[in-house]
Amino acid sequence: MTKVMKLTELEERHQRPVEKLHELAEEIYDQLDKGQIPNMKIPIRAKSNIRFVASKGVWKYGATKGIRSAKKLRGAYMLLRTMYMLDFIREMIKSDKSSTLREMYYISEGWDMAKFSSQDESNNLAEDLEILTECMREDLKLRPEEDGARVMGNVTLRERNRKGQKKKINCRDDVGDSGYGIPYNVEEDKIELLSTDAKFVIAIETGGMFDRLVENGFDEDANCVLVHLKGQPARSTRRFMKRLNKELNLPIVVFVDGDPWSFRIFASIAYGAIKTAHISEYLATPTAQYLGITSSDILNYDLPTDKLNSSDIRALESELTDPRFKDRFWKDEIETMLKIKKKAEQQALAKYGLDYVTDTYLPEKLSEIGINI
Amino acid sequence: MASTSIAQKLAKKQKEISVSEFFERNKHILGFDSLTRAMITSVKEAMDNSLDVCEEAEILPEIFVQIKKISTDEFRLTIEDNGPGIVKKQVPHIFGRLLYGSRFHSLRQTRGQQGLGISAAVMYAQLTTGRPSIIRSKVKNKDVAYQVELMLDTKRNRPKVVRDDFVVWEKESGTRIEMQLRGRYVMGKQSVLEYLKGTAIVNPHARIVYKDPFGTQYLFERASEILPPKTEEIKPHPQGIELGTLLKMAKATGSYKMTAFLQKEFSRISSRVAIEILTKADVPLERHPKRLTLDEAKRILEVVKKIKIMAPPTDCLSPIGERLIKKGLKNVLGGLKPEFYCPPVTREPNVYTGNPFQVEVGIVYGGQLPQDKPIEILRYANRIPLLYQQGACAMTAAVEKVDWRRYGLEQRGGHGIPFGPAIILIHFASSKVPYTSESKEAVAKIPKIEIEIEKALRVCGRKLGSHMKRKVKKAKTREKFDIVQKILPEIAQKSSKIVDRKVPDLRKTITKIMNVVWIDEEVVFEKRRHKVTLKVYNYTPKGQKFNLHGIVPYENLDLDSCDPKPKEIKEDGKITWELKRIPTTEIGTATFELFGMDEDEYDETELYVSGINPTSVVGAEPLPGDWDLKMRPPTIEEIIEEEPEEELDYDEVEEELDDESHEADGTGREASEAG
Repeated sequence: MTKVMKLTELEERHQRPVEKLHELAEEIYDQLDKGQIPNMKIPIRAKSNIRFVASKGVWKYGATKGIRSAKKLRGAYMLLRTMYMLDFIREMIKSDKSSTLREMYYISEGWDMAKFSSQDESNNLAEDLEILTECMREDLKLRPEEDGARVMGNVTLRERNRKGQKKKINCRDDVGDSGYGIPYNVEEDKIELLSTDAKFVIAIETGGMFDRLVENGFDEDANCVLVHLKGQPARSTRRFMKRLNKELNLPIVVFVDGDPWSFRIFASIAYGAIKTAHISEYLATPTAQYLGITSSDILNYDLPTDKLNSSDIRALESELTDPRFKDRFWKDEIETMLKIKKKAEQQALAKYGLDYVTDTYLPEKLSEIGINI
Repeated sequence: MASTSIAQKLAKKQKEISVSEFFERNKHILGFDSLTRAMITSVKEAMDNSLDVCEEAEILPEIFVQIKKISTDEFRLTIEDNGPGIVKKQVPHIFGRLLYGSRFHSLRQTRGQQGLGISAAVMYAQLTTGRPSIIRSKVKNKDVAYQVELMLDTKRNRPKVVRDDFVVWEKESGTRIEMQLRGRYVMGKQSVLEYLKGTAIVNPHARIVYKDPFGTQYLFERASEILPPKTEEIKPHPQGIELGTLLKMAKATGSYKMTAFLQKEFSRISSRVAIEILTKADVPLERHPKRLTLDEAKRILEVVKKIKIMAPPTDCLSPIGERLIKKGLKNVLGGLKPEFYCPPVTREPNVYTGNPFQVEVGIVYGGQLPQDKPIEILRYANRIPLLYQQGACAMTAAVEKVDWRRYGLEQRGGHGIPFGPAIILIHFASSKVPYTSESKEAVAKIPKIEIEIEKALRVCGRKLGSHMKRKVKKAKTREKFDIVQKILPEIAQKSSKIVDRKVPDLRKTITKIMNVVWIDEEVVFEKRRHKVTLKVYNYTPKGQKFNLHGIVPYENLDLDSCDPKPKEIKEDGKITWELKRIPTTEIGTATFELFGMDEDEYDETELYVSGINPTSVVGAEPLPGDWDLKMRPPTIEEIIEEEPEEELDYDEVEEELDDESHEADGTGREASEAG
């Protein structure tokens, strides 16, 4: 009667997270069974605990672990929530469902006292589980909201749509003016990168600037791919750029506002974000370059500026102690900005006319880093 | 020649200063310097008299106060009491003559002192409106009341009867005064209402009804049926008496010998002490007091300072007492629910300049009291609330000198008036209150008095401090209690469901998290009885056996209701239970019932433990040494405290996790990286 089941590919993919989740619950159970105070040890997710991993060229969590223990009220609640989330994820895997992070948060409404007090809390716990199980969020059946980052440029890819059909798309010719929308899943089972004749990728912080470059036809003139970051880029946007870089050999240049927050956007693209340091090697592109706006651009191009506010200054000061910003370039950038006490938006370049950015600024800046158009 | 005539002119002028001029010049020290204040002072003077006479006659005071508006700045004031009344002959003198009174020469605690007050109010009314005051008074067993319309002859300081008559008054006895005066009616901190409220706090035996100019009626119900003990007159105490006074008394005495003089005219001097003083001061025992020299008097005072003399008798003082301070405060807080009443402190009597005095302090803390304001100080002298000149008062100075930070209040630099949700009540009782002025608004900053007030504040403050510590400890324990009672069983349930094994036994884990004995009290008021349940949770890894002690109101305790039977009950309410061994993670209980008290009269039992390491007990204090326990305490079993490992709390690392954490600025950066 015993029959050895051959696991299908899908079942295999489900097996590992299920086992890992089980192990986590078992650990808590065993601690209770032995009369210990239940606890979990998790790497501290802070800038004090990220280390450069030379072999991968990115920043990942270091060895410092924090403890989440039932000895304290908050710890006890978080452990209880962990149990609920584990159970919920197991159920989802079993029934081949998935939920958005926001749905996950609302699901907890039914968890009585284990209910989350904010979505940040549930998002963070989802990441904790990623770290503890060494599984990606997608394997845990959790997905983000669509975030609508866009691509414009001569890249051809093949996307498998929700009906399972594979469609070839050219990100310049097959799309409207808003470009190709990056889906939340950009792994190979979903997207195959086929070909490009572009020379590089420009990652742009704001939608306004993205649209300016599209309108001015910069992707064609400079033979590049434009990617809209939409602020701090989502995981899928970073992963997509990483694949463009690795598989199609496109260099990435980052064009953002000139303020402390843009520095962090760059850091998360090139070095790895603190929040997702456990998967930096999937998301970060170590060769990405910072194009501007730099502190010296503010002076050299005499850009219209805003005064740094107190939270800007705090952010800059915090960056001075961020290990990712330890090199000469960043030290100078940060200190200069603190000195001039000013920041500038990328769209401030419009001071010199709508075409100035594509005709003058970008060509000048690109040639500085050896890209000539 | 010229100089003589000036002196004569001056002398003539001096004679001509009439009482009204004196009044006019000294309005501020008499408390009539503003329209607002004149109103309060007038009410106050009449109230003082009424409360004093009621106490003297041992009548529970019922006082009616009414203010009616006549015109923009003219008011009619009526104050009526149920006191013993005043005989006809005395009425005009008491109300119509300055510095006339029964108390001017006596040494004991009364509200009024100089006999200046009520007649000053009558004069103020007359000077501002030109109207006589109407006084009606009835003595017990008389058929009718005497009613007189009275003015003051301001030149001769004599009363002037405008009209008088006998009228029918259904009251058994009592006095009523009606004055029409110029004034201003205000609400707020310095107001008639506030004054009456303050009076009600420290006179819980009085029932006060007040009708304000808008027709609103306020009732301050009596909180106690017991009159304050009658105060006795005393002779001056020798310690701290001034040289001039001593000499004056020596001249005036009828005694022929110094020994007799000292014994007769001073309190607490026996013949032995008198001889000791005189011998040490090198003054002949037989010396006639009238011939006492200045030097001898000085030496006597020197000696008196050094030798031990019994403190003055204190039956001349009438402290409010701990119970009534609490009751009074409760009564006046009305709907506001504070978190904690510090057990009030009544200090032992002390002496300044031969006058005995006594300080009492009560503190109410927390709950619904305002949080971020300076604390409220309620000042009282001989049961009179003091509303003005807070800054000049010894009581305020004492509050400012105490470092309240130790007791859990905010105070910049450790001095000044602290901030926080607290009311401090200070009562200064003395046979002679050293006011800074006649208007009786501030107690003079005499070092001995200030120090004594400070001490009382510290004693009470310490109680507040230990309440705060207990509160923190309790909150922490309550949190852990939540963990082990609610969350932990859920974690166990959930994890066992996931791993598909039976729910683990949590006892060991629970004791590891708690590791305390927790005593929780529940008081239920039912059928006019307080049912008190003390639950003892043993959250230590071992069985525990120890004694539980409490202080309960003995006269209200139903002995039969005690379960288990206490090992010991003393008449002062000290009760001791020898608890049965409570196994680990189990609960022991002790219950008792109290009868004959109002619901809000009992809310908490002072609890102590012995026979157990008190640091591992939450909800009870270690048994004080003076408890005088008759039984042998059981041996203390040490609770092994586990060394807490140095560990980083994952959920308390407060660092920005998000690279994008800043206010949305419209560039779309608010889109979370989580996406």
